[in-house]
Amino acid sequence: MEILFASAVGILTAAGIYLILRKRTFPVILGLSLLTYGVNLFLFATGRLMVNAPPVLNKYAEVAYTDPLPQALVLTAIVISFGMTAVVVMIALGAYLSAKDDKIDMIEDAERAGDDA
Amino acid sequence: MNHLLIAPVVLPAIVAPFTIMVLRHHLSLQRIFSLASTLALLAISLVLAAQAANGTVQVYELGNWPAPFGIVLVLDHLSAMMLLLTSVLALAVVLYAIGSGWDNRGRHFHALLQFQLMGILGAFLTGDAFNLFVFFEVLLIASYGLMIHGGGTKRLQAGVQYVVYNLLGSSLFLFALGTIYSVTGTLNMADLAVRVRELSPDDTALLRVGAIMLLLVFAIKAAVLPLHFWLPASYANAPLPVAALFAIMTKVGAYGILRMYTLVFGPEVAATVGLVGDWLLPAAMLTLGAGAIGVLGSREIGRLVAFGAIASMGTLLIAVALMTPQAASAALYYAVHSTLAAGLLFLIADLVMERRGGAIVAQRPMAQTGLISTLFFVGAIAMAGMPPLSGFIGKLLVMDAARDNDLVWWVWTVILAGSLVTIVGMARAGSEVFWKSHDTSHIREAEPELAEDDSQPEQEDVAQTAPALPFVACFGLLGNLVLLTIFSGPMMEYTDATAAQLFDPSIYIDAVLRRAEQ
Repeated sequence: MEILFASAVGILTAAGIYLILRKRTFPVILGLSLLTYGVNLFLFATGRLMVNAPPVLNKYAEVAYTDPLPQALVLTAIVISFGMTAVVVMIALGAYLSAKDDKIDMIEDAERAGDDA
Repeated sequence: MNHLLIAPVVLPAIVAPFTIMVLRHHLSLQRIFSLASTLALLAISLVLAAQAANGTVQVYELGNWPAPFGIVLVLDHLSAMMLLLTSVLALAVVLYAIGSGWDNRGRHFHALLQFQLMGILGAFLTGDAFNLFVFFEVLLIASYGLMIHGGGTKRLQAGVQYVVYNLLGSSLFLFALGTIYSVTGTLNMADLAVRVRELSPDDTALLRVGAIMLLLVFAIKAAVLPLHFWLPASYANAPLPVAALFAIMTKVGAYGILRMYTLVFGPEVAATVGLVGDWLLPAAMLTLGAGAIGVLGSREIGRLVAFGAIASMGTLLIAVALMTPQAASAALYYAVHSTLAAGLLFLIADLVMERRGGAIVAQRPMAQTGLISTLFFVGAIAMAGMPPLSGFIGKLLVMDAARDNDLVWWVWTVILAGSLVTIVGMARAGSEVFWKSHDTSHIREAEPELAEDDSQPEQEDVAQTAPALPFVACFGLLGNLVLLTIFSGPMMEYTDATAAQLFDPSIYIDAVLRRAEQ
C-alpha cells in the first residue's frame, strides 16, 4: 500500500510540475489541480497510513486509531485549493477573452503582431 | 483572556461581507465603513502595541482550547509592531483610493481590501503554522481580486501569472507543513519549537527538508532573487494604490522567516543550524543587486518602484539572514521604513500615472507638477537610503550589524553599490519625468499604447478636479517617515526589545503552553 500511495503522490506531483511548465494557461491550470491533488494525498499520509482504524480515541478499550488531524488539514486544503482553482480559471478566462490569446507569458504587443504575421 | 487580541481579525471579517451584501450599491457608504474600519484597526493596533510594549506575551486561545490542541493567537513585540505598520499603511491606501476614485473603477474594492487586511493581520497574530497557511490564503485570495481591480488586458494577464505563482507557493507551503508534521506531530509553533529541540540528531533529515521548503515558501512571498519573478509584473500592472498595500505583503514573507527561524528553527537548534544564513544571505545580496539594476533599467514608473521594493527587500533580508539580535533589530527598523517608503512611492507613481501615463519619457508638464516632483524627490531619497530620512539610518544599522560576519566586505559592497545604482536610477527617472518636461526640445508625444488603457481618465479631467485627499495620504506616509527618522532613538529601543524577545523563545513558548502556571 505504501508503494502504491507514494508513487501516486510522486506521479501526480511530477505530472503537475510538467504541466505547469507549459506555455498556455489551460495546461498550467490542469497542472496546478494535479499538484494540489498530490499535496492533498501527501498531507493525508503525514498521519501515517492505517486501514480500518477510526480517527477517534477509545477510552474503554485498546483499539487501533488513526491521527485525525491530517484529515482535518486535508479537508481545509481541499476547500482552499478548490476555491483557488475556480478563481484562477475565472481570471484566466477573462485574460483569454480580453487578449484573444491564452499564452501565459506577457509578450509585448509589437511582438505579438509580429507573431501573427 | 484579552478579547481585543482577536479584534484585528474579526472586525474586517465582519465589515467585508457586510460591505458586499448590504452596501454593494452605495459607494459612499462603502467608503465610510471601510474608512471607519481602518481607523478602528489603527486604534486597536495602537492599544495592542501599548499593551505589548512592557514585554509580556499575550495569548488568545480560540474556543478556549489550550495549546497545542487549539489554535492560538499570540501578541508579542513583533506582532504588535507589524499590526501597527499594516494599519498605518492601510489607512493611507484607503484615503488615497477614495480620493483618487480608484475604488470606483471596479467593484468591491473596499470589501476586498478589508479581507486582505484580515489575512495580513491574522498572519501576523497567529501562533499556529497551519493557521498561518490559512491566513496566507485569505490575504492571497483577496489580493487576486485587488490585483485585477479595474480590469484591462495586461492587468488580467499579469493577474494570471501572479495567481499561478502564488498557488505554486501555497502547494509548496502544504508540502512543507506536511513534512514537518510527519516528523513532529504538531503544528503549533511553540509546541513545534519544543519538539524540534527534543529530536535526536539522527532523525532530522526529513525535518531539514521541511525547514528548507518552508524557507522557500517565505522566500517566494518575500521575492528573494531566484523566486522574485512574480513581483515586477504584478506590482507594475496592479492598480498602483493596491501595489502600495502589497508593500506589506513582501514583509509577511520576511516576518515568516524571522518568526519561524528564531522560534522553531532557531540559530541554536542543532538540527537546522546554518540553514538560513548559508542560503539566505547570498540570495538576499543578489536580490538587492537585481533590484538596483532593475531600477536603473525600468522604462515605466510602476516597474521602477517595484524594483525599488525588491532592492529594499534585499537589504531587509540581508539583515534577517545575519541571524543576530542586533541584525534583527536593524531589520525591523528597516522593515518599517521600507514598507512606508515603498507605499509612498507607489502612491506617487499613481499620481504621475493618472496625469501623464507611466512611461519614463519627457512629456509636457502635468498638473501640480511641482508638488508631485517634490514628493517624488523626497520619496526617492527615502527609498534609496540617503540622509536625512530613515532609510539612511536603516541601512547604516544593517551595515553596522554585519560588522562581525565573515562576508562583511561583500555585504557592505553590495549595499553601498546597490544604493548608488538606485540613486542613479531614481535620479534618471525623476529628471526624465519632471525636469525635462519644462524644456520643449526634449518632449516627445505620448506613445499610442498608453491611450488604449481604459483605466486612464482624460488628462484635463484630472487637472481640473485634482482632489486633495490623495495628497493627504502621501503626506501622511511621508510624515510617518519623518517621525520614524526623528524618533529613531525610541524606535530603536523598541526594535532592540523585539529582537531580544525573538532570540529568547522561551518567553513565547512558556506563554503559549501555559508552562508558568503548571
